[in-house]
Amino acid sequence: MIKNKINYSGRRYVITTTFVAVAVIIIIKLFSIQVLDDSYKRSSDNNTLRHITQYPARGKVYDRNGKLLVFNDAVYDLIIIPRMARDIDTSSFCKLLNISNETYNKLYEKAKKYSPVTPSVFISQIGKEEYGHIAEMMYHYPGFYFQTRSLRQYPEAIAAHTFGSIGEVNKNDIEKDHYYKIGDYIGKSGIESSYERELRGKKGLKIVVVDVHNREKERFMEGRYDTLPEAGKDIILGMDAELQAYGEFLMQGKTGSIVAIEPATGQILAMVSNPAYDPNELVGRQRSANYNKLLVDPQKPLINRAISGTYPPGSTFKMVNGLVALQSGVINSDSEYPCNGPKSTPIKCTHHHRTPVKLHDAIENSCNPYFWQAFRDMIGSSRFKNSKEAYEFWYGLVTSFGLGKAFKTDIPYVVSGNIPSRAFYDKVYNGRWNSMTIRSLSIGQGEILVTPLQLANIATAIGNEGFFYTPHYIRAFADGTPIDSALTTKNVINIDRKHFRDVKAGMQSVFEGDHGTARYSRIDSISVGGKTGTAQNPHGLDHSIFMGFAPVENPQIAVAVIVENAGFGSTWAAPIASLMMEKYIRGYVKRTWVEDRIITKKDEK
Amino acid sequence: MRNKTIIGKIDIWLLLIYLALVTIGFLSIYAAAYNDDCPHIYDLTQNYGKQLLFIGVSLVVGYIILLIDAKFFNTFAFVFYALSILCLILVLLVGSKISGSTSWIQLGPVSFQPSEFAKFGTALALAHYLGKLDTDTRNRKTQLTAYAIVMFPMLFVLAQGDAGSALVFFTFLLVLYREGMGGKLLITGVAAIVLFVLTLCFKKWYVMIGVTVIYGIFLWLMDRTRKNIIIVTTILVAAIAFIFSVDFAFHSILKPHQQTRINIILGKEQDIRGVGYNLNQSKIAIGSGGFLGKGYLQGTMTKYNFVPEQHTDFIFCTVGEESGFVGCFVLICLYLALMLRVITLAERQRSPFSRIYGYGIACIFFFHFAINIGMTIGLVPVIGIPLPFLSYGGSSLLMFSIMIFVFLKQDANRMNIL
Repeated sequence: MIKNKINYSGRRYVITTTFVAVAVIIIIKLFSIQVLDDSYKRSSDNNTLRHITQYPARGKVYDRNGKLLVFNDAVYDLIIIPRMARDIDTSSFCKLLNISNETYNKLYEKAKKYSPVTPSVFISQIGKEEYGHIAEMMYHYPGFYFQTRSLRQYPEAIAAHTFGSIGEVNKNDIEKDHYYKIGDYIGKSGIESSYERELRGKKGLKIVVVDVHNREKERFMEGRYDTLPEAGKDIILGMDAELQAYGEFLMQGKTGSIVAIEPATGQILAMVSNPAYDPNELVGRQRSANYNKLLVDPQKPLINRAISGTYPPGSTFKMVNGLVALQSGVINSDSEYPCNGPKSTPIKCTHHHRTPVKLHDAIENSCNPYFWQAFRDMIGSSRFKNSKEAYEFWYGLVTSFGLGKAFKTDIPYVVSGNIPSRAFYDKVYNGRWNSMTIRSLSIGQGEILVTPLQLANIATAIGNEGFFYTPHYIRAFADGTPIDSALTTKNVINIDRKHFRDVKAGMQSVFEGDHGTARYSRIDSISVGGKTGTAQNPHGLDHSIFMGFAPVENPQIAVAVIVENAGFGSTWAAPIASLMMEKYIRGYVKRTWVEDRIITKKDEK
Repeated sequence: MRNKTIIGKIDIWLLLIYLALVTIGFLSIYAAAYNDDCPHIYDLTQNYGKQLLFIGVSLVVGYIILLIDAKFFNTFAFVFYALSILCLILVLLVGSKISGSTSWIQLGPVSFQPSEFAKFGTALALAHYLGKLDTDTRNRKTQLTAYAIVMFPMLFVLAQGDAGSALVFFTFLLVLYREGMGGKLLITGVAAIVLFVLTLCFKKWYVMIGVTVIYGIFLWLMDRTRKNIIIVTTILVAAIAFIFSVDFAFHSILKPHQQTRINIILGKEQDIRGVGYNLNQSKIAIGSGGFLGKGYLQGTMTKYNFVPEQHTDFIFCTVGEESGFVGCFVLICLYLALMLRVITLAERQRSPFSRIYGYGIACIFFFHFAINIGMTIGLVPVIGIPLPFLSYGGSSLLMFSIMIFVFLKQDANRMNIL
């Protein structure tokens, strides 16, 4: 052995001592948890722990006056753990559940395929009475237990489109957000969908010790690992439930929609789309059957026409064109244009009035030639480099009304409508086009398409004399959580206030002038501004259209109404809107004769 | 005939302990994966069927090793080492990701974990290097080389994101200690662990104040010679630097799931549904076993899959639940017997290579044993390393078996060394 090599073999004892010491520590710890601590042992002897998800109450929904619109009702899901449920008396259980043996086997196999050991829903949404009856006998059937769920209830049976509905999550939902487990519910449409995160709350967990007879014995570790569910947030809508119900009453038998907005806030007071359905139909065990029925209904009641129906705005769009022309400086409120009545070219006038006319009278009489000439002069004006540039000026101001793009708001599935861009025309007409080519735009026809929601927003912006808040459902969260700040941010339109005042005056005379197209829809003691429209519709009869606001001085409500294939705006849309305004401002309707006429009108189909 | 004599010379006790552990392992995996629908033990679609195959392969490989010339592993130690490093590099390039770490190489139907191989390679290389007759372990250069041999593969394993397997390499410090190096290093190591835990448990400023107070006490009590003051002050500075770097490493280098695991073990977080879920379920399973256990295949916790990973890293739960404290006690004694037997045999080797290699594998077993069982009962953080011979998995079983058989061969051949 080399001399300077030292023998370190004594160190083996340090190492072996370490090994033994660690083994002893482990044995002591095992002794403590296996023999001394009986909190673990209490779950021995074939007891098992059951993790019970505690579902939070989904947030309730109120209208602006505090009326309860959506709440929850308890139902019970029967849960199975297939491997534990093997040895039960199937036939007596089937009798108890009132199902056939085949059904039982089918459900059992399905659950087993999902997982033999993980709990899954066996039968969902068992009502309270049935539950009481079955629950008594549950101790015979290990592997089964109940879990409480809540279902949505709609005491008013209105506004199905606004509320939307909830349904079971699909694979996509689970992948996107791991909060969800199979069998959970998620908002599928309406506010249930846009406020899913706030409404759903937070699931809790209860761990209980269960014996072989499926009886809950106690909470595991005195509930130390349990978490309490957190209830969802309650939502207060901008909706006025009475007005909403009234709107639905007026629209019965017709196809179309009403949108009413509170101009000072952008909150939606009422949104009616007819044909509609009772929201209570899409709840509970009948949900999918009813849903499929509604889905194949040729009337398409599931569609919310107020936000996804697009229509040519017709004469109601003349307001916007007038405002843009005024802002361009090409015309002022005293500019006059001649009108040759039905002989006018290229667009004739359908009303009889004196000529030439100024803006105010042109609005009152809905004079097509006036707006065509103003539009032509603006597009061809020397104030712009060329007509394309003039068009872009027009396009920029028109879209600032919220047209041609989808609102970023809490209303799911809003569509953008259409305002044709310069590039669009360049493409269609190979770059060779002028005001004559696109003349239909001057009277709200042609490629322009708006949704009733956008139309109501135009009324809002004019009523407010130049600004609006993005239209939205929510008014507030009941707990004071602030709502999305984008919804409370003013959108200002780059048009001088005085121009809005001129247009408003014209719109007021639509009701109050001797020739006003809506003079038969006047409401005594309430000043109203508005504009009727009759939109040509390539698919059938003209649509009856109206948009307006009241009172003119300080608008509390802006309304857009579209009745499909109903003809003149003055005959249907305007009176419906005026009734909505009267109902909201006065609280009741004096002009019952108008109401009577409206509700007798039905679709002629 | 020569072969027969070689096999006749192998240590029967070590072999029996090994076989006992492998058998317990198979039975536990069978229990953990037990499924009434396919009760046949040779069902290759089930984990226990595959494990049976792995056991067969391990025994065949073990037998072949016994036939190979004993000097082979000493001679080619660095070749194995280099190969294992190569695999570690390869896995970084083409590895597949399983639960957060890129530590598997896929070869057709077979996947293989190079970090397991690297432990073996490192044990061989270290034994070869330190076992050379002219090596003086007190030489600074020798020591640095030895550390480098250990650190090198460890860094690659760390780079895979497999912090658990990387930690295993620390076990070689014990081997180095046995060979005369790093007595102070071990003390430093223990002190570092204490500081580490304290830093994570309390605010780093408190720990620093504590360290400074201890420094003050030392200064007050000891001979204040110039040399002593310099040494103690250097230690203080080093300790404070260490605290800072632990704090930094914890918050900036460790992945969130690793931070959470450590926080849970330190009792700073309770997350029953997340990471804490495994630990909690594992403790319930083991704790519910009681003194005698619930009986084989009767463990409800494991049978109903309440414990995640119960056939791999948490296989000890099955033993704990089904055979209780008695079974655990027996199993721990078996492990202890294995480690002590390896050390006893190592000490009787004439060749330093065999001795150092023996210590190497004993320490690897020790580390895996202590960390894995420790984690299932909440003594150490949840670190995903397998329990030798018990956890399901081909790579780990094969490598642990190879380690044992190579050592058995060395031991059987000890009389041939002059």
